[in-house]
Amino acid sequence: MSYSGPALSAEGLGKRFGDRVAFADVSFEIDQGEVFGFLGPNGAGKTTTVRTLGTLIGPTAGAATVAGVQLTPENGVEIRRRISIMPETPGLYGRLSVAENLQCFAELYEVDDPSARIERALRAVNLTDRAHDPCGALSKGLRQRVALARALLNDPQVLFLDEPTSGLDPVASREVHELIAGLGHSGVTIFLTTHRLEEAERLCDRVAILNTTLRTIGRPQELRDRLFAKGLTVRTLAPLREPAALFGPLPAVESWHQDDDGGYLLGVSDPAVAAPAITRALVAAGADVLSICESHRSLEDVYLELIDEDVEVRSR
Amino acid sequence: MTLSRRRIAAIVRKELLVYRRSLSIVVTMAVIPIIFIVQPLVSVFATPSGSATVLRHHHELLYMLAIPALVPALLTSYAIVGERQQGTLEPLLITPIRREELLLGKALAVLGPTIAVAYVVFGIFIAVVALFGAPGVPSALIRPADVVVQVIFTPLIASAAIWIAIAISTRASDVRVAQQLSVLASLPAVAVSTLIAVGVIHATLNLAFALGVALLVANRLGWRLVSALFQRERLIAGIR
Repeated sequence: MSYSGPALSAEGLGKRFGDRVAFADVSFEIDQGEVFGFLGPNGAGKTTTVRTLGTLIGPTAGAATVAGVQLTPENGVEIRRRISIMPETPGLYGRLSVAENLQCFAELYEVDDPSARIERALRAVNLTDRAHDPCGALSKGLRQRVALARALLNDPQVLFLDEPTSGLDPVASREVHELIAGLGHSGVTIFLTTHRLEEAERLCDRVAILNTTLRTIGRPQELRDRLFAKGLTVRTLAPLREPAALFGPLPAVESWHQDDDGGYLLGVSDPAVAAPAITRALVAAGADVLSICESHRSLEDVYLELIDEDVEVRSR
Repeated sequence: MTLSRRRIAAIVRKELLVYRRSLSIVVTMAVIPIIFIVQPLVSVFATPSGSATVLRHHHELLYMLAIPALVPALLTSYAIVGERQQGTLEPLLITPIRREELLLGKALAVLGPTIAVAYVVFGIFIAVVALFGAPGVPSALIRPADVVVQVIFTPLIASAAIWIAIAISTRASDVRVAQQLSVLASLPAVAVSTLIAVGVIHATLNLAFALGVALLVANRLGWRLVSALFQRERLIAGIR
């Protein structure tokens, strides 16, 4: 079932429930083997987008291709054969064992040699020793892992993970992260919805930020560069006597301000050019320099900047 | 449209496993038949051999057709709304399973045990009457025509009750509501079989044939109708 072209593509995709817009005008293209993060606040339409691409819900606008198949009601079975979705809640049968849960789904996917496939899926999530435990007796973290094993049974070409670490403690989250990273390296296309930004930053090749409409899309570094000016953070042993007189005349420095910790944040066009010039100026001024380093903007800064913009626009 | 036997069998197997491990389901399957076997037994044992001819005017055996009407109503009402409340419906619908396959699997999983329970209870009743009934009572009560009707109508009535209960379960938003409505919906079948059993409705071959054909058609249409009612989007997104 190999195919050429992107693993997922959407063009103007949207979904309304009556008057309520779940998401609108969503367009993107995801390459095969890419780990794609889909970020957004609660109620942004992330889960509805996943359900739409997974043929559980019909779009009200736009078009999409999923694992090489056009998203239409007639293609629902074919698309579901090629993909897997791990929903936010594991949805396991608590009275059945891990192996019995997986057996049922292996049969529903009509896989060849279900026992071997189940064994492989359990090994992938490190759960072979819990195969005969009833799912109802497992911790939340283990249930998430069973759900991930279930999602791997059909060797999906595209794997949708909907908030896979929601409600998990840090250790369980880290285990799930390692599993996702492993899957990413094995070439599975992963569509990860989350509102945990460190998760996206750590795992994803590219991210998109959705807040009903798509606010931005790109590699985390690209988004940072796009949204924020490059900067340097200067720390000195004692506060500078006349920082304006020191930084103002330097051509490499576009702007500056003091941060809450007593450091100086300098806006620069090219840190590689600016850093030596600033160092020389500081030394010449007799300042005791502790550090000069590039300011790091996190994906969280990008996210908050965009979401705050939305909040401002809506409150006007 | 080609249906996958393997997917249907997977649903049946899963349902039967869940039934086996759920005490409340086992108790439900056991209690209702017991209730419906007590009244005919009391009636039979209260009949002295001299009054056995009275039984010839009744169809006491058909009273037990209430079992295939009531047992599946309680079990099947959980089928869809229960999965939805438990959060297991979405993972099922994510697989390539068609709604027709899912519903047929759910129906067959209830139909098998229901028929088995109904036949076993019927067999026990016949055996008890034959062994312990007053002289003349077994021959007056156990008539071949009634036995044939019981055997043929048990699966037909059970199937109809199942499709009604699945339809209710598909539309209901709460398991308890679905159970109450399903039991209510099975009462007409119970009423008709009781009225035939006590002789208010006169049992004839034509009536049996007409009811049989009606149930066959209803069951065939029931599957189609319930499949049409089953909308993934409404069930997943929770819209009305």
